[in-house]
Amino acid sequence: MRTSDLIEALAADAATPPARLGRTFAFAFALAVAGAALVFAVKLGPRPDFVDALGTVRFPFKFVVTGAFGAAAALLALRLARPGASVRSGVLALGLAVAVLGAGVLAELAVTPEATWAARLVGHNWLVCLINVPVLSAIPLSALLIALRRGAPASPSLAGAVAGVVAGAIGATFYAAQCPDDSPLFVAVWYTLAIAIVATVGAVVGSRLLRW
Amino acid sequence: MNERERDWAAWMAEAEAGDTSVYRRLLAELAVFLRKVVRRRAGSFGVDDAELEDVVQEALLAIHLKRGTWDPAQPVGPWVATIARNKLTDALRRRGRRIVVPIEDVEEVLAAPQEDEGLSARETDRLLSVLKGRQHDVVRSISLEGADIRATAEKFGMSEGAVRVALHRGLSALSAAYRSFRE
Repeated sequence: MRTSDLIEALAADAATPPARLGRTFAFAFALAVAGAALVFAVKLGPRPDFVDALGTVRFPFKFVVTGAFGAAAALLALRLARPGASVRSGVLALGLAVAVLGAGVLAELAVTPEATWAARLVGHNWLVCLINVPVLSAIPLSALLIALRRGAPASPSLAGAVAGVVAGAIGATFYAAQCPDDSPLFVAVWYTLAIAIVATVGAVVGSRLLRW
Repeated sequence: MNERERDWAAWMAEAEAGDTSVYRRLLAELAVFLRKVVRRRAGSFGVDDAELEDVVQEALLAIHLKRGTWDPAQPVGPWVATIARNKLTDALRRRGRRIVVPIEDVEEVLAAPQEDEGLSARETDRLLSVLKGRQHDVVRSISLEGADIRATAEKFGMSEGAVRVALHRGLSALSAAYRSFRE
């Protein structure tokens, strides 16, 4: 087939509306949040002292961290799926999220006695965290990966991994409302590890699913 | 933004509104641009012209199927060039070459005569043959035989809507076929 023949066929298909990546991704993000909220409501529910805890510093800070990671990774994932788009803003945003978490860790180290650090880091529930965050992230990851199939990432596994960070951060945001461990030390270790698990799944699935 | 960019961005928008002739002109210009991009990038890899044309065709298919990834605020040229680069990288990988290898390391390999493992443009008929039934008939009729949607619909006793659907699915299947030949 000559290239001009192919162009005839492509031009004849002009009327088929293009699958808009941005719109689809935004829809998938909303669906991801709703899906995680549903699983949270059915399986977990907020911790008993949820309202009181909102008055503390450490508890709301967890949502700042997970929210920052989710928003930054969403921006980056969308850029990665668009050929030729600059990923600088997404990388910077993700760096900012890491900086926020790092500042929280430093503040915690500054205001708490060294003897309590180990206990704060280990917490009560690290295994539950490592299980619940991926469970809450399953629907978000599926929705986001399906949406990214409309994209054209240079590296399908990288795009899948970043989608995994988005999904993991959404899952962690809901898990944070139930989790009794609020120390930034706990968040920095276990939340990060839980999100990394979801990112790994995203990379593996994405490397196959996001090829184009 | 240069003149070419302005034209392309405007044509993309018009094509999206379903203007077939503008879209044809845009794709024809992009094909020339793609050929330059692919040739320049493939320069030192000893890829023959038929294979380069194959990459151009694969990139054109991707541009069409993935045009929803183009953001109107984004220039068309870099978007197209990135798609072409990704398709070329895939094509080189499918030939078992690593583009990260310094040229000195592969000089001997490049000088040696090599069997043609890649799917070259001359074999596109073989590629078309992966399409089944109506998809095959419709894509063949519109591309190789140059019929339009209406004529194709009459020829096969289909509705124009059904022809459009078969064409779109056929093009998606063609793109997937390139992908699987690559693996």
